[in-house]
Amino acid sequence: MTATAESPAVGEVKAMQVTLRILRTNPEGTADHKPGESYWQEFQVEAHATDRVLDALHKIKWEQDGSLAFRRSCAHGVCGSDAMRINARNRLACKTLLKDLNPAKPIIVEPIKGLPVEKDLIVDMEPFFASYREIMPFLVTTGNAPARERLQSPEDRQRFDDTTKCILCAACTTSCPVFWTDGQYFGPQAIVGAHRFIFDSRDEGQWDRLEILNDKAGVWKCRTAFNCTEACPRGIEVTKAISEVKKVLTTGEI
Amino acid sequence: MTAQSPTRPPRVPSGRTRHNAEKWSWVFMRVTGPVLLVLILTHLFINLMTGDGISQIDFAFVAGKWASPLWQVWDLVMLVLALLHGGNGMRLLVNDYAQRPWLRKVLHGALGVAVIGIIVLGSLVIFTFDACPVDADPSLLPSFCEDVR
Repeated sequence: MTATAESPAVGEVKAMQVTLRILRTNPEGTADHKPGESYWQEFQVEAHATDRVLDALHKIKWEQDGSLAFRRSCAHGVCGSDAMRINARNRLACKTLLKDLNPAKPIIVEPIKGLPVEKDLIVDMEPFFASYREIMPFLVTTGNAPARERLQSPEDRQRFDDTTKCILCAACTTSCPVFWTDGQYFGPQAIVGAHRFIFDSRDEGQWDRLEILNDKAGVWKCRTAFNCTEACPRGIEVTKAISEVKKVLTTGEI
Repeated sequence: MTAQSPTRPPRVPSGRTRHNAEKWSWVFMRVTGPVLLVLILTHLFINLMTGDGISQIDFAFVAGKWASPLWQVWDLVMLVLALLHGGNGMRLLVNDYAQRPWLRKVLHGALGVAVIGIIVLGSLVIFTFDACPVDADPSLLPSFCEDVR
């Protein structure tokens, strides 16, 4: 059983033609479209099955149409810039491989829903960040700062470990049906951000945050649709975190 | 550089005025849900599966059931909880979808009138129900009506 010289190179990935259908919007308008009008445009790119959607978008922007606008920073699933709706699911373009999307059919790429579109795949993230700011995403303490680190047992750390993974990509919030219809709802991400501090034994601002989330626009708007848990590219159990906050509010115990 | 879009409406923290209102609404839904499940499934089972099944349901059957205080209370609880549970669910939908304040007020008002109206009419029927109307065909009436005459 020895490899022969004629056998193809090990692990060679064949190039293929992929079609991307992108929902585009140009605030200044184009020759064929009015300013702010949304329209579908198809692009053909040559790509490998192991390429990511982000690679295909790069190919379009660099080789075919430089006016295509999308956000991306680290391009490796850490910064959370390139959340978009790919084949009707919110995902990070930099973590979605073409082979996982059935490249035989056109791949549908849209901006994330529920936030105002600025251009093509870029949305105005400000309402999303405003909700996050409202839950006070910083350590709140009283008294003098200690001269050394604030220590914590591994068990105490474990309680909020899941929600520390959040990268603020907005995939969860913009997958939430309540957020789509009701602009007042804080959205899953803000509750995840609050959960990270509410269950932190070193933090003393829990009840201020819980009071904010007990608001009409807070956790009670959640209908446990589980869209957020499904959408999270970091695998955070978002709906579970929201339920834990609800439980604290109903029982009064953290 | 920060880009601010000036058209965004400010967030209204309206829940603060009625403290914990949304919390109790949520708890109410969670508690009445399972209770309604038991009440309604038992109701359907008794009416449709026991005895002669669906063909037994006529005026006499309903009259016979409401002759017992158990079924009077059962149906009353079912009526009140179903309307409050359903009405609260509709209220949440109105909150989600009705953006204009006047539309919200109108829909909430109509919802309240419907819920209270049906509860009042329904309980009136349950408690003022006459099982043996005087000039009715005796073959349609429950068996105990013969003793009443």
